[in-house]
Amino acid sequence: MSEALATEPTRRDMLYVATTAVAAVGVGGMLWPLVDQMNPDSATLSMATTEVDLTPIAVGQEITVKWQGKPLFVRHRTPKEIADVRAVPLTDLIDPETDEARVQKPEWLVVVGVCTHLGCTPNGYEGKFNGWLCPCHGSQYDASGRVRVGPAPLNLPVPKYVFTKPTSIVVG
Amino acid sequence: MSGPSTYVPQSALGRWFEKRLPIMGLVHSSFVVFPNPRNLNYFWTFGGILSFMLVAQIITGVTLAMHYVPDAKLAFDSVEHIMRDVNFGWLLRYSHAIGATMFFLAVYIHMLRGLYYGSYKEPREVLWILGVIIFLLMMATAFMGYVLPWGQMSFWGATVITNLFSAIPLVGSTITTWLWGGYSVGGPTLNRFFALHYLLPFMIAGVVVLHVWALHVPGSNNPAGVEPQTEKDTLPFHPYFTAKDAFALSCFLVFFAWFVFFVPDYFLNPANVIEANPLVTPQHIVPEWYFLPYYAILRAVPNKLIGVIAMFASIGLFAFLPWLDTSKIRSGKYRPLFRIFFWAFVACVIGLGYLGSMPPEGGYIIASRILLSYYFIFFILILPMLGLFETPSKVPASIAEAVLGSGGAAYVQPKNAAAEPNTKG
Amino acid sequence: MLKTKKVAFMRKFSSLAAASLLTGLLAVSAVHAAESADTVIPEHQQWSFAGVYGHYDKGQLQRGFKVFKEVCSQCHQASQLVFRNLDEEGGPEFSKAQVAALAATFQVQDGPNDAGDMFKRPGRPSDNYPWNFANENAAKAALGALPPDMSELAKARTVEYGFPWFLIEALPFFVNEEQGPDYIYALLTKGYVDPPKGAEPVPNGFYYNAVIQGTQHRIKMPNPLAALFNADGSPQDPKFYTDGTVMTQDQVARDVSAFLMWAAEPKLEERKKFGFRVMTFLVVLAGLLYFVKKKVWAGLKDESPAV
Repeated sequence: MSEALATEPTRRDMLYVATTAVAAVGVGGMLWPLVDQMNPDSATLSMATTEVDLTPIAVGQEITVKWQGKPLFVRHRTPKEIADVRAVPLTDLIDPETDEARVQKPEWLVVVGVCTHLGCTPNGYEGKFNGWLCPCHGSQYDASGRVRVGPAPLNLPVPKYVFTKPTSIVVG
Repeated sequence: MSGPSTYVPQSALGRWFEKRLPIMGLVHSSFVVFPNPRNLNYFWTFGGILSFMLVAQIITGVTLAMHYVPDAKLAFDSVEHIMRDVNFGWLLRYSHAIGATMFFLAVYIHMLRGLYYGSYKEPREVLWILGVIIFLLMMATAFMGYVLPWGQMSFWGATVITNLFSAIPLVGSTITTWLWGGYSVGGPTLNRFFALHYLLPFMIAGVVVLHVWALHVPGSNNPAGVEPQTEKDTLPFHPYFTAKDAFALSCFLVFFAWFVFFVPDYFLNPANVIEANPLVTPQHIVPEWYFLPYYAILRAVPNKLIGVIAMFASIGLFAFLPWLDTSKIRSGKYRPLFRIFFWAFVACVIGLGYLGSMPPEGGYIIASRILLSYYFIFFILILPMLGLFETPSKVPASIAEAVLGSGGAAYVQPKNAAAEPNTKG
Repeated sequence: MLKTKKVAFMRKFSSLAAASLLTGLLAVSAVHAAESADTVIPEHQQWSFAGVYGHYDKGQLQRGFKVFKEVCSQCHQASQLVFRNLDEEGGPEFSKAQVAALAATFQVQDGPNDAGDMFKRPGRPSDNYPWNFANENAAKAALGALPPDMSELAKARTVEYGFPWFLIEALPFFVNEEQGPDYIYALLTKGYVDPPKGAEPVPNGFYYNAVIQGTQHRIKMPNPLAALFNADGSPQDPKFYTDGTVMTQDQVARDVSAFLMWAAEPKLEERKKFGFRVMTFLVVLAGLLYFVKKKVWAGLKDESPAV
């Protein structure tokens, strides 16, 4: 009698626990498609690369192209701009990084034109550093796209790109 | 929803909250201790299944709306985009489309159950009429949702159904132009149908709350059709009916999932994967299966206006059932003649459904006129007269007697019926 | 007695109603759409993608794509087909490099460039499969009719077997969602026959095809596979199929039908695989809930369920 009392609730509990666990797995499984449907779809993912023709960009000019829905700055730098940014000691930088590490060819700078503060697009050839000035909160970048005046915390990111020809790059 | 609750939360925080918003008490009294007749059969699980379907349709619908574009030029392609590119887009779309079918299947079973067991009779008339309103809202929602993929059948279905309103004398064409926002079904029509298709389910949810409220005043009807008299006629909602509803729902989901994953295009009209073309009408305009009986009624009548009236009347008559059925006996179980006519009515509706899918010619038209006549005779003549002539079989004195036979007195109170811990399930 | 009279009346009344109902139902079954006797009803074929474990045969889809590319796409568009689809899982699964190379052989319109001009550039995997015609009107003008879009064609065509088959087709073990490819296969292999004697002459610009419904069986498309075969049925280009498959009209029709099914339903494999798991899960859950329900109700000793 006492044995029956001891075992019965456990067995019943096991059934309830198992059913609850299986049902919980099911609810979790139902949630995943609802969450995942908001991730970029395969059409968006396939558009992730952009080809940029560099021939029309003269020395001392920059263009803005759209890449993954964001502006991309491609600047044809002058020898003076290159020399200036390479002369800056790393200790002067908010986010220390050498210019050499940020370019594949010294005359071509390719950066994502999204301010690292809150996502506005900085304006070119403005500010004290001959780089970019963000109109939203006054962050300034130099001709290497490195942040020199806050509030932005980080340098403009350099995307993955390859030179398919000397005058053409594929970004992404 | 059944009067003041005696529920007292166990935690101090719970009691603090309960004093300010007694929502747990409401849930407790409505879905935990709520007394249900103990003899409910599985046909009574469809209310729960329908609640699930409403929520499922709203969730899949909202996620689909994140990708769908209600623009006549882009709608078709955006649906294809959902099917091909969006992560799990095919699952959401098929679940939503098959979901509409399952929703109607469940609602028809729910309605026929109400018809068979006399669930519309006093004191449940308001409950029943709220159900008819939900049904009408469902039909409007389903119709507008069907237009959204902007295939050929979407377009021509919308054209035919909106043209029903042109049958109204004098103002008919003004109304259709207003409905369309143009001189034919077009971009503005699609856009407003999308807006309304998004809105109506929430209105349905609102009426469902009233429906459940109205249910919890007199409580559920039951197969015996006699009201619970003593405590031994009822069982608490939890765990007895939560367990039963959960099992029934899981079986329903197996059925649902089979179609979603293995025959998702079963209810698809092939013409609807061809983009809408206002210049070419498909060979056969056929609505979704759940509208076929009404469509057959519409086409069976040679006069346009009367056809439209007959179609709306065939649905509207349901609202008058509580007064059309004069029998004092509630459950069809104890009404031998009613049972015959009831099943004949079911056969008649299925027959009309079949005819609705056939071309409107020759014998099909004659057959639909015969069935149409029975449909209306059933409501207007048979139901009122049966109450006067029919000799019912013996109705049990109580639910306990119906369940346990006349030895109902020997009934044993279930141990810990109400005290079943609800933390487990 | 009054009671017997009542019953007698109701008996008469009910038999009357039953009789009229029966007449209605009989009338239903008596009428059948009179389809012309020469119509060839497509038969159900064996497809690798049929049934619960169905999956596409990659080799078949690759062959089917070749037929589509060389023959069908000369006139038909496949507006929803994107090059990248050809390397995606559950499809023909060409390699990414193959698809990029294939896309690059096409010139696609892009633009406007900085000068405001539209320009042509080599295709990329993210481009839609191009069409030979600038728009539908151009196709109509050149071909005499608008060829249907092929990206949904396999779902836009069906075969109706009528009652009771339409119910059986939904059931496990009998499940059939391949009516589209059945139809296309039959149209290509069984349709193009000589019109029966005494039939009205087929007007210019039309062809006779017994699978096409209607009394005239007319289609505007000439037999498309004729371009691939000699009059004796041997392939014009014996190296058309490179995977060793014997190239017959039947095989080509099968391959292209399978390809079109994939084009219309590219997620079929994912759907069936996912579905098998969901069904297994739901059956287990339903089983557990059955025992939970039984256990909960077991407390009521004398319960005899009423229906």
